[in-house]
Amino acid sequence: MPHLQSIIHPAGIQAARVSHLWWVMFWICAVVWAAVAVTAMVAIARGRRGSSTATDAQMARSVTVAGGLSVAALLGLLFQSIVTGRALDTLRSPDALRIQVTGNQWWWDVQYEHAVPSRRVTTANEIHIPVGRAIRFDLLSTDVIHSLWIPSLQGKIDLVPGRLNELWLRADEPGIYRGQCAEYCGLQHAKMALVVVAEPPDDFERWLTANRAPASPPTTPEQQRGRDIFERGPCAMCHTIAGTSAGGRSAPDLTHLGSRSTIGAGTLPNTKGYLAGWIADPQHIKPGNRMPPTGLNGEELQAVLAYLETLK
Amino acid sequence: MPVARLTVALAALCLAGAAPAGCEREARRYQELPASANRETGVRVGALEPGMPQQQAEVRSPYQDNAWGMGEGKRLYAAYNCAPCHGVNGGGAIGPPLIDDKWIYGARADQIYATISQGRPDGMPSFGGHITTQQIWQLVAYVQSMSGQVKATSAPSRNDDQMAALPESRQSKQVPVQTGHR
Repeated sequence: MPHLQSIIHPAGIQAARVSHLWWVMFWICAVVWAAVAVTAMVAIARGRRGSSTATDAQMARSVTVAGGLSVAALLGLLFQSIVTGRALDTLRSPDALRIQVTGNQWWWDVQYEHAVPSRRVTTANEIHIPVGRAIRFDLLSTDVIHSLWIPSLQGKIDLVPGRLNELWLRADEPGIYRGQCAEYCGLQHAKMALVVVAEPPDDFERWLTANRAPASPPTTPEQQRGRDIFERGPCAMCHTIAGTSAGGRSAPDLTHLGSRSTIGAGTLPNTKGYLAGWIADPQHIKPGNRMPPTGLNGEELQAVLAYLETLK
Repeated sequence: MPVARLTVALAALCLAGAAPAGCEREARRYQELPASANRETGVRVGALEPGMPQQQAEVRSPYQDNAWGMGEGKRLYAAYNCAPCHGVNGGGAIGPPLIDDKWIYGARADQIYATISQGRPDGMPSFGGHITTQQIWQLVAYVQSMSGQVKATSAPSRNDDQMAALPESRQSKQVPVQTGHR
């Protein structure tokens, strides 16, 4: 992934506009800076040559020219900023894919809207989107103000408790992009990331269909025991696994945990070893996060891991 | 001079005295399973005892003076569905209110712990084993704060959403009465 999270390597039309604005600002400011630096150096090199011969009128003209140039440059930037802002608003379309993203300390709840409630897809910390289609994010927050920022695809916008914000974007190149909470939201703000997978529409539909299905039942006795521990122990109080009795809503949905690439909202890669470490002692890996140490013994932990691995 | 020196000494004394209390308010104990966990054994459910009543050591929630712990308790109160029965602000609904002075099964920390952990007849589920002991103690401290049983300086002072009632830190302190019935 060469340009995982970069504003100057846009992968979508919105990010391209933001990137363009950035380069316009960069070059105008670079020219102004160079002009000021050169003028200052020339003045230093020439030094003061006796008493100034400039008349008041000449001085006034210089100030007017400098002031006029500054105002013109600033107006140019303002104009470009307004043009970009308006262009960012042109993506709205009625057949956009609607995804509801809810910020939580410190993870993202992701729900793909559907008119039939049972056909909604819930996942967390990883968003799959089809390339070339407008996406509308409905942004909410359950606790404090967060901000969704996927630099390769779009500028950032806040998730405010009690308020619905919208973010529109379109990915034009398939790829995996990293997003990040961009509004300080507490202790683990830095470890509140998400992964955006932009893929061809066919692949996306396949992913959506697979994620709409409930979790497949365990096959081996160890997996069965893992599911029992999950359902009867503390896990189910906060986590949901569709197709089981675990229905907690205050932590990430784990129905298809195995299909995600990270755990702990982008904190660690999703491998069995890291997952074991996370379940055994989440407070060591991400201090202050909402998952308490569960106190499972080694045998129970292995069983839970064996079950979680089946959740593809 | 002596007056200035005395002032400095007094200020230092005050700071030294205030520091431990302030630290306890601010401590965030993410990993700890409190040593006092599982103290539910030995909680007396009935008031009658054969012979003279036994001395009972006072059990306090480890989070009773801890703002973070009570804040977590407040969050868990919503996350674990306490609110639908006891009311969003503890005013009671299908379950008894938690902001008044009446306690069916007692207002002591060990009694509240037993109520949450073991459940009570006619509706209170037993959360023992389903949530960690640390979380039960956080809930105990928060439930105590709802009727002003803890220091106002440590109790939660705001909601994350709309405030329909006074925050816990401004609850007037109730004198608990154990009623044994609703």
